[in-house]
Amino acid sequence: MSNILEVRNVVKKYGDYTALNNVSLSVPKGSIYGLLGPNGAGKTSLIRIINQITMPDSGEVFLDGEKLQPHHIQHIGYLPEERGLYKSMKVGEQCLYLAQLKGLSKQEAKKQLDFWFEKLGIQGWWNKKIEELSKGMAQKVQFVVTVLHKPKLLIFDEPFSGFDPVNANIIKDEILELKKQGSTIIFSTHRMESVEELCDHIALIHKSNKLIEGKLTDVKREFRTHHFEVGILTANVEGLMYDLTQNFTVNPADFKSLNDDLKLEIGLGTANPNELLSILTQRGQVTHFVEKIPTANEIFIKTVSQN
Amino acid sequence: MSILSLIIKREFIAKVRNKSFIVMTFLSPLLFVGIAVFVGFLASMKADLKRIAIHDEGGNFVKEFVNDEEYAYYDLSKIDLQLVKDSVLGESYEGLIYIPKTDSLSTVQNQVQFISNDSPSMDYILDVEDIIANKITDYNYEKLAIDTARINLAKADVSIVLKKASGEETVKGLNEIKLFLGGIFGYLIMMFIVIYGNFVMRSVIEEKTNRIIEIIISSVKPFQLMMGKIIGNSLAGILQFLIWTVLGLILFFIFSTVFGMQMGAGSAVSAEAVAQANPSGFVEKLPLYINEFKQLPLFTLLFSFVIYFIGGFFLYSSFYAAIGAAVDNETDSQQFLLPIILPLILGVYIGFFTVLNDPHGTVATVFSIFPLTSPIVMLMRIPFGVPWWQLVLSMISLYATFFLVVWFAAKIYRVGILMYGKKPTWKELYKWMKY
Repeated sequence: MSNILEVRNVVKKYGDYTALNNVSLSVPKGSIYGLLGPNGAGKTSLIRIINQITMPDSGEVFLDGEKLQPHHIQHIGYLPEERGLYKSMKVGEQCLYLAQLKGLSKQEAKKQLDFWFEKLGIQGWWNKKIEELSKGMAQKVQFVVTVLHKPKLLIFDEPFSGFDPVNANIIKDEILELKKQGSTIIFSTHRMESVEELCDHIALIHKSNKLIEGKLTDVKREFRTHHFEVGILTANVEGLMYDLTQNFTVNPADFKSLNDDLKLEIGLGTANPNELLSILTQRGQVTHFVEKIPTANEIFIKTVSQN
Repeated sequence: MSILSLIIKREFIAKVRNKSFIVMTFLSPLLFVGIAVFVGFLASMKADLKRIAIHDEGGNFVKEFVNDEEYAYYDLSKIDLQLVKDSVLGESYEGLIYIPKTDSLSTVQNQVQFISNDSPSMDYILDVEDIIANKITDYNYEKLAIDTARINLAKADVSIVLKKASGEETVKGLNEIKLFLGGIFGYLIMMFIVIYGNFVMRSVIEEKTNRIIEIIISSVKPFQLMMGKIIGNSLAGILQFLIWTVLGLILFFIFSTVFGMQMGAGSAVSAEAVAQANPSGFVEKLPLYINEFKQLPLFTLLFSFVIYFIGGFFLYSSFYAAIGAAVDNETDSQQFLLPIILPLILGVYIGFFTVLNDPHGTVATVFSIFPLTSPIVMLMRIPFGVPWWQLVLSMISLYATFFLVVWFAAKIYRVGILMYGKKPTWKELYKWMKY
């Protein structure tokens, strides 16, 4: 799979402050790419460089194999975290204007707008002013403006903030739909459950440096601790515990279960899960046996607190 | 449609549709006319009659003081001086002219007093001095046995005829006309810069506070956005001036039709007054004025007006745009605005004071070439005739500065529009230029 976006050794300084220190990223075509990092890590600086709002001090950015050029903005759709539209301008006019700035002809923009307004059920808003809309409604308009020109690359900065659960779901479905149609999506967020749900690739930026990058499953594999959650029904708890502590690290665990079973978290170390399983089956009835996979949230916190 | 023209169109429409623009456009001519009428009304009101007491001990002067619309004189020579002084203090009279009795009228000239609690106007004191001086002069002539009729015959009335080297006759008071003409243009430019420069700044701040700026500049270059704003707003301003001109002409037409009678009567009176004031004949000189007016470099003036208008407005609105980008709200902009407004005010002052006295002096010349004041000062100088090399130099320096300032302003603008929550200092602005 080729990369839609490649960031190579980008450095960006503001005076004495280094916002991005030699950051490289590869965003595969057709992926949903989670750009993670604590506040002030340099995510927005990077996004602004991709959008050509600011220029990197050194390093290069390639979009679809070409070095970033001014006309590339037509292929990028950007939804900034700080939303905003002209308050006293009518919704329709405003969308037409912003679409035309992205290089669409007036007719094409009109066609796309009709399509999206109908899709999101906001046809009646054409002549309303933004100041007459609620925050969530304005967000919907903003979303339309971002995707209107069918960009190859979409950059969403906290796309769900400000939406109620129903509308957040509509937007999530639209994002997945866009992915299906071939768009690549960069997704910057602090909401780890949506990272877990949507992203197939992630990168973590912390203190101006990229610390982690890769497929979410690969990253998780890298961060696996070989801990298993085990539920077992046994008459001889002491015997079981003796066997287990001889070979593994054992801790009490807490997970939901329908049985009145013994709940343990067992660190395998270098051992094979089958070895654990054979000990368990000798001693009782296994009701639960799951590898503890690190969540994106755990990876995030672990990485950030270690550095 | 190109990106720049899209932005210009949006800025123009946003400005023109704004309620305050519509109100300003149609209300301010009415307001202007209203103020003019009000001032005219105030000027036509009669001043209060002032009562002046005269205590003329010799009785030689009191007959010379004749009542007029402003002053009524009361001969209180017979009443004790102290009593009269008291009544001045008691404010029954505005003032008291006290002329003591002397042996000879000639010696009274330095002993006349004007006693008043208020300070009288300079003009009035000069008038009183003239009245007394004339009387004493007449008395002196008589005493020296000089025939006053013959003296009057001998008096000459000189009126210098102004001519150019080419031999054409010119008229006095032309400097005022020239200054008035150049002044109007210069003043217009200043007003336009201040009003519309502020609009540019506000429009930048609005985009910043609306947070739409990030979306816009992910589609267009900040420089394009800035230029689009400046051009769009200046077009809106030009439209406003055009509407005012048309409205002015219509109002003038209505006034001259409806009030035709009164105005006709009024102008007859003033023509009479002019004829009285200028016995040598204003009417005969009128063709001279018109001729002189035609001789003014009107084409150069109009052409330069356009050039300086565009250059000056663009130069200053780049400053305004940069300031708008640097601050979060209008209140913070004050500290940066002062250095911008100062040269404008300086330009107007130099225009009205220095140029009138000495249109081609060093000060006027320097400031008509200095780019921050040239749009105002040079326009005021042009009616007096400016060497072409100065004009060219001034325009070149204006446009060169404009490009330089736009370049710097664009840098501050580019960084500033994405900065929030910080109240920037001059030092910080300097740092932004290097980002």
